[in-house]
Amino acid sequence: MVTVNSLPAASLSNDEILRYSRHLIMPEVGMVGQQKLKAARVLCIGAGGLGSPLALYLAAAGVGTLGLVDFDVVDLTNLQRQIIHTVDDVGRPKLESAAEKLGAINPLVNVIKFETRLNSANALDIFRQFNIVADGTDNFPTRYLVNDACVLTGKPNVYASIFRFEGQASVFAAENGPCYRCLYPEPPPPGLVPSCAEGGVLGILPGLLGVIQATEVIKLILGSGEPLIGRLLLVDALSMHFRELRLRKNPECPACGNEPSIRELIDYNQFCGVRGEEAPVTASVPEIQPVELKTKLDAGNDIFLLDVREPHEYQICNLGGYLIPLGDLPARMHELDSSREIVAHCRSGVRSAKAVTLLRQSGFGKVKNLAGGILAWSDQVDPTLPKY
Amino acid sequence: MKVLIPTPLRQFTGKQAAVEVAADSVGEVLTHLTSQFPELRKQLFAEDGRLRRFVNVYVNDQDIRYLENENTPVRQSDTVSIVPSVAGGGNHERLHGHSQ
Repeated sequence: MVTVNSLPAASLSNDEILRYSRHLIMPEVGMVGQQKLKAARVLCIGAGGLGSPLALYLAAAGVGTLGLVDFDVVDLTNLQRQIIHTVDDVGRPKLESAAEKLGAINPLVNVIKFETRLNSANALDIFRQFNIVADGTDNFPTRYLVNDACVLTGKPNVYASIFRFEGQASVFAAENGPCYRCLYPEPPPPGLVPSCAEGGVLGILPGLLGVIQATEVIKLILGSGEPLIGRLLLVDALSMHFRELRLRKNPECPACGNEPSIRELIDYNQFCGVRGEEAPVTASVPEIQPVELKTKLDAGNDIFLLDVREPHEYQICNLGGYLIPLGDLPARMHELDSSREIVAHCRSGVRSAKAVTLLRQSGFGKVKNLAGGILAWSDQVDPTLPKY
Repeated sequence: MKVLIPTPLRQFTGKQAAVEVAADSVGEVLTHLTSQFPELRKQLFAEDGRLRRFVNVYVNDQDIRYLENENTPVRQSDTVSIVPSVAGGGNHERLHGHSQ
């Protein structure tokens, strides 16, 4: 079914036999299966939310060679879900931190680190060194790059993605199975993906989906069970519903169809924005710096502070501004007085720049954007204000 | 029938996860849905009026592209799912974008 089944078996030492004994005594794995795991070479793209449980379980299971691709550094906000990293790792490269934990769990695993951003120039060379690729990235350009590189090199793509409390998982680009482009031929254009206000992810969700990925990787290596080929698993952690949709190989797929148009890798970064986000609009609107705003407020100037974040963000911290979430602004503009000086702010200044543009187009001539938002206010004016 | 709305699009349906619609075809389902929630239209349809290529529609577990697209008949007992592509991996999600 999948290329990994033709792997040569690797023999096991007495230590390994003891370590993997709970695998060895079940017929679905057994000695032959454990030897296949040892001979397998799995590439994990991303050592973050999905990559943490994925790599940890694959190492524990005895996958012989684990490749990790990441170029990021651990920060404090990662620890809510990226369980391979600890407080002591904050500031360290994720690869270094992850490799250390994997070695601590199973020193017999050969961890190969690729501290690089995956791109069209390096993906094929990296993928060719492995049997299976597990995609734990977080942006559309890399998702499409991984898919296309898997199709071009003939490697199955064990896929999962998450958003807030919902996840999707499948196995793409397996022999005779559909690829990601069969499902979604093209990435969404910038601006039509959920805006920053809709971000966030329930910390356990990458755990749930990453473990599903690890399960699928192990099944592919063992050649047993029913892999998620041709099926899209939808997980809703809030309702705890698991649904399944049927996927088909699209004969007209640009990547794996009968007459594929994609014969080399595409770097979408140039026109997609790294995470498929809108291009920054902050530069084009009138701004006020945090210190200047503070000085004016202290001097008693009549300034109306407009907070365009979401109510749940207001609860984290606020500047005492009047709250109208950006999405509600068109319908609630009448609540504002266009004769007054207004300063709009959000967390980092992106949403409020859009609010300023919107208000100026609607005749509010005295609106400015608080440059850098609450983050900059915390840095430059009031360090007691928490950042998030 | 029941139309299941994915999390990223619930901001356009008044936060509803499922919407009840009476219709005989997928096309009618989407027409009713977008007239009830006009902001959904831009999310689901491109300027040329065709469904966007990163949004798939399923009747029960079947992709309408392999049935009769928007002419696919639906019955009251069917469940229609809208399934957009999602990129997140739990690596960098924050309320605001910071580039990688």
